[in-house]
Amino acid sequence: MIDWIKGYWRTLSRPATAFSLGFLLLSGFVAGIVFWGGFNTALEVSNTEKFCISCHEMRDNVYQELKGTIHWTNRSGVRATCPDCHVPHEWTHKIARKMQASKEVWGKIFGTINTREKFLEKRLELARHEWARLKANDSLECRNCHDFEYMDFSVQSERARKLHSTELASGKATCIDCHRGIAHHLPNMENEDAWGPDNPAHDDSRFGEDNPLDLDKDKKSGTPNKVN
Amino acid sequence: MTGKQVFTIAVAVIVFVCGLATVAEQFPDAPAPDGIRKGGTLFEESPAPQLADPVNTDGKRVRAYPEQPPTIPHTIRDYQINKNTNRCLECHNRIQTAVSGAPMISVTHFMDRDFQVLADVAPRRYFCLQCHVPQTNAKSSVGNTFKDVDILLRNQKQKSSQ
Repeated sequence: MIDWIKGYWRTLSRPATAFSLGFLLLSGFVAGIVFWGGFNTALEVSNTEKFCISCHEMRDNVYQELKGTIHWTNRSGVRATCPDCHVPHEWTHKIARKMQASKEVWGKIFGTINTREKFLEKRLELARHEWARLKANDSLECRNCHDFEYMDFSVQSERARKLHSTELASGKATCIDCHRGIAHHLPNMENEDAWGPDNPAHDDSRFGEDNPLDLDKDKKSGTPNKVN
Repeated sequence: MTGKQVFTIAVAVIVFVCGLATVAEQFPDAPAPDGIRKGGTLFEESPAPQLADPVNTDGKRVRAYPEQPPTIPHTIRDYQINKNTNRCLECHNRIQTAVSGAPMISVTHFMDRDFQVLADVAPRRYFCLQCHVPQTNAKSSVGNTFKDVDILLRNQKQKSSQ
């Protein structure tokens, strides 16, 4: 076995004798274009809604819920597809997310959520992952379209204006803090903190450190949550 | 079957069909009462009214009849109210009103049907949209002359002072 590898290594480490340097350079260049192009094309194919809903797990659950929401149908006809919200658009982050997605391939092969019941059971965990991701990247995927710089408060409703011009503007809150469940049904929220940057659950000055509202605390200290 | 019988049946059928036609013809001409649905007859199809826009503001409205549940001043598109979550209560429940500035649900909503006050929203009050509804800018089909009792009292006072 080792001899066999050594044989290959010797061939590869020896300078080429029959091919010219120009030929090697050129063919390497061409092969590079082909492979890189192929890789990118494959990546883009896996980044389409059609690809996402080719699995019944996505098609029968989350895709159905998206239908009818504001991100599916609205007055101007602009709509968001799965990767618009769930995959970063920028290359580095996209690759990082794609590598994480290998876990999803694992899940697909072993049927982690291959029935409606299994999906509903796992829904809270999956949702938490997405909330955590969006919280960590300051709702990057939202902001790809909804750019704060170009938000016109004067045409927003009073309620929206109030919160966007204060909490969002000061960076205390990010989109996902308030806008959870805008595109899909929510899991059981019994053990989730309510929305908002000024969440009383996180206000130690009002309730002290033993804040009964802070449900996240249990998660941090590792006490198992009751999840139904 | 004799020829006479065939003739009788044929006559009966003709009379019946003619009768039906007469009745059917009469109905479209019958004028419908001028109610909420103005003009036209029962069999006439009038064009559908224009779609109304949902109203999306802030603040409270006065009631339009006694014991009216307050209407929702803002839009509630895609709000989820089910056994997993209640979007309305994310702002309108007791603890969140401090954050959201939204009006708190009234204390009656904590009572069960025996008027026992519970710690949280009573299950029978959980589904907000059973009573509270958002509004559109549609023109009302009929007017409303309702005066709240405060107005009546004030009018009474003014009248007696004159």
